[in-house]
Amino acid sequence: MADVLAFAELRDGQLGATAREAVGVAATIAESLGGRAHALVLGSPGVSEGANALGTVGAASIRVGEHEALGEYNPEGFVDLVVAHIRAGDYAAVVFGATTLGKDLAPRVAALLDVPLATDVTAVSVDGGTLSITRPVFSGKAFATLQLDATPAIVSIRPNVFQPADRPTEAEVTSFTPDIDPSKWRVRVVGRKAATEGQLDVSEASIIVSGGRGMKDPSNWNLLEGLRSAMGSGTALGASRAVVDAGWRPHGEQVGQTGKTVAPKLYVAVGISGAIQHLAGMRTAKTIVAINRDADAPIFGVADYGIVGDLFEVVPRLTEEIARLKAGD
Amino acid sequence: MNVTVCVKRVPDTEARIRVDASGLAVDPAGLKYDVSPYDAFALEAALRLREASGSGEVRLLTFGDSSAQETLRKGLAMGADSAVLLTGEASLDGLATAKVLAAELSASDSQLFLFGVKAADHDQQQVGPMVAVLTDRPCVTGVSSFEVAAGKAVCQREVEGGSEVVEVDLPAVLCMTKGPNEPRLAALKGIMAAKRKPLEEKPATAVSSRVRLTTLTEPPARAAGRIVGEGPDAVSELVRLLREEANAL
Ligand SMILES: Cc1cc2nc3c(=O)[nH]c(=O)nc-3n(C[C@H](O)[C@H](O)[C@H](O)COP(=O)(O)OP(=O)(O)OC[C@H]3O[C@@H](n4cnc5c(N)ncnc54)[C@H](O)[C@@H]3O)c2cc1C
Ligand SMILES: Nc1ncnc2c1ncn2[C@@H]1O[C@H](COP(=O)(O)O)[C@@H](O)[C@H]1O
Repeated sequence: MADVLAFAELRDGQLGATAREAVGVAATIAESLGGRAHALVLGSPGVSEGANALGTVGAASIRVGEHEALGEYNPEGFVDLVVAHIRAGDYAAVVFGATTLGKDLAPRVAALLDVPLATDVTAVSVDGGTLSITRPVFSGKAFATLQLDATPAIVSIRPNVFQPADRPTEAEVTSFTPDIDPSKWRVRVVGRKAATEGQLDVSEASIIVSGGRGMKDPSNWNLLEGLRSAMGSGTALGASRAVVDAGWRPHGEQVGQTGKTVAPKLYVAVGISGAIQHLAGMRTAKTIVAINRDADAPIFGVADYGIVGDLFEVVPRLTEEIARLKAGD
Repeated sequence: MNVTVCVKRVPDTEARIRVDASGLAVDPAGLKYDVSPYDAFALEAALRLREASGSGEVRLLTFGDSSAQETLRKGLAMGADSAVLLTGEASLDGLATAKVLAAELSASDSQLFLFGVKAADHDQQQVGPMVAVLTDRPCVTGVSSFEVAAGKAVCQREVEGGSEVVEVDLPAVLCMTKGPNEPRLAALKGIMAAKRKPLEEKPATAVSSRVRLTTLTEPPARAAGRIVGEGPDAVSELVRLLREEANAL
């Protein structure tokens, strides 16, 4: 019992970064235990085709459940299949991504298996055969290291934290058609809409341009839109709670304690004071830039680089210089 | 329709968290506590549902030590009708907490159990869906608002890059995120009324934790940053630093 299972999540029908990260962590744990990593994929017919790609990050076997009704996530459709799969194997641990899907699915799986769960994990290690995990608590104001006394140990990993290593593995892909009856589901998705067509979610962006009350008026967001497009693809707009509560921006953009927790490569805070609840959501960004006219604003306490000044003068210049830089690349 | 809202007493979001000398616990000195923010959104949603329908009770449930009475009184002052405190020590094992709550809830006639998506202490994001499994109710997570009609709740659910409309059969469990309605403040009248509302305190069922905390640490302080300069003239230097030093562009 040294094998580890990764639940490899699909996004828009594709195996993406989340799936690869989960398999990578499963492989890391399995290696320390002297076992192998396996992956489970659930999706619509045909998803098994590209699934062997998970072999490149260490999956020795990939089991793919294919069914029309699995094209979109539904807890009632997924949870029993995942639990049955785990029960049929012999795993020391099961790894999920701490995405919207993983946060919904993993606790249900843990409750059905009667084992504890550690969510939003940012580090894993194995000492003396026991899995030890680290996760942020109090919105990142502290880190807890825990041991889970049950098998399998269930963890969900924070996105963008674990870079999967190259572990070329000859993966064995097998698919099956589960027996599913959606008419029995007590939860039904009846509508879907993308926040703003074609725009990236803050939780998935590598660069975030975030605006606060200092922007003065929602119409001034054209400035931040300009900076966002100059930065290029992979850039999303974020917001402080003050501007979300004022109805200037949608809640999906809110960063912080009661919004999203983000860890981008670059976070640009424009006209944001840096209240503790805002910092809770973005303090682990790799590089933080603050633009604020108040030299005493707390945001400068966490910013790597700050410019003290009027954002209405600084942002247009920044957009111009970034655009010039990108054009020269 | 009756609704039960599970609320947790947690350190105020302004709190500075310090690890005590044992290296295993938070130093309680100077900490202020409050209802966990998402639980307050859940309570607000429950109160609005009762107000709109003109009937039903809003009940509060918590598991914690007797200091959680204060949290429940606050919820009662906001407008909840009754409260139950299951006394015991909530651990880092979310499943253990879920079992304690489910033991109380399994006999409940509340059509909705409302939870916060996460409690602002350990950010576990698990107790709601676990209670749903243990009480065999369907569950929707990440709900920003919902409406109830014809034996169903129709929920707005937040997902990466957008939202979903999800229908769930009642009785159900909903895990609430920040919604359109700011939690109300308790008025003086509510605070007075809360003193007379039923608050039952009884011992929680014993459930042992299978999560062992080995260390609790404060994050490394972010190295002090620097002010690159003032006004638009500082932009060129900023861009140079982002490119050459931070490798961020
Ligand atoms: C329970 C709870 C949860 C919360 N959750 C969140 C959360 O998730 N996210 C969040 O962001 N907040 C959250 N808050 C709110 C938080 O406390 C702050 O109120 C909020 O972050 C302030 O937003 P802001 O920085 O945009 O506005 P302000 O604090 O008003 O700051 C505006 C800033 O803009 C600057 N400015 C003004 N004009 C200009 C100009 N022309 N040029 C340059 N700079 C200018 C000012 O100097 C100031 O620093 C929460 C609060 C509570 C109590
Ligand atoms: N000790 C507790 N007492 C009552 N409700 C709780 C308790 N712990 C968690 N909850 C509920 O479960 C939600 C999610 O908590 P968690 O899984 O700990 O992040 C909280 O927002 C509360 O609604």
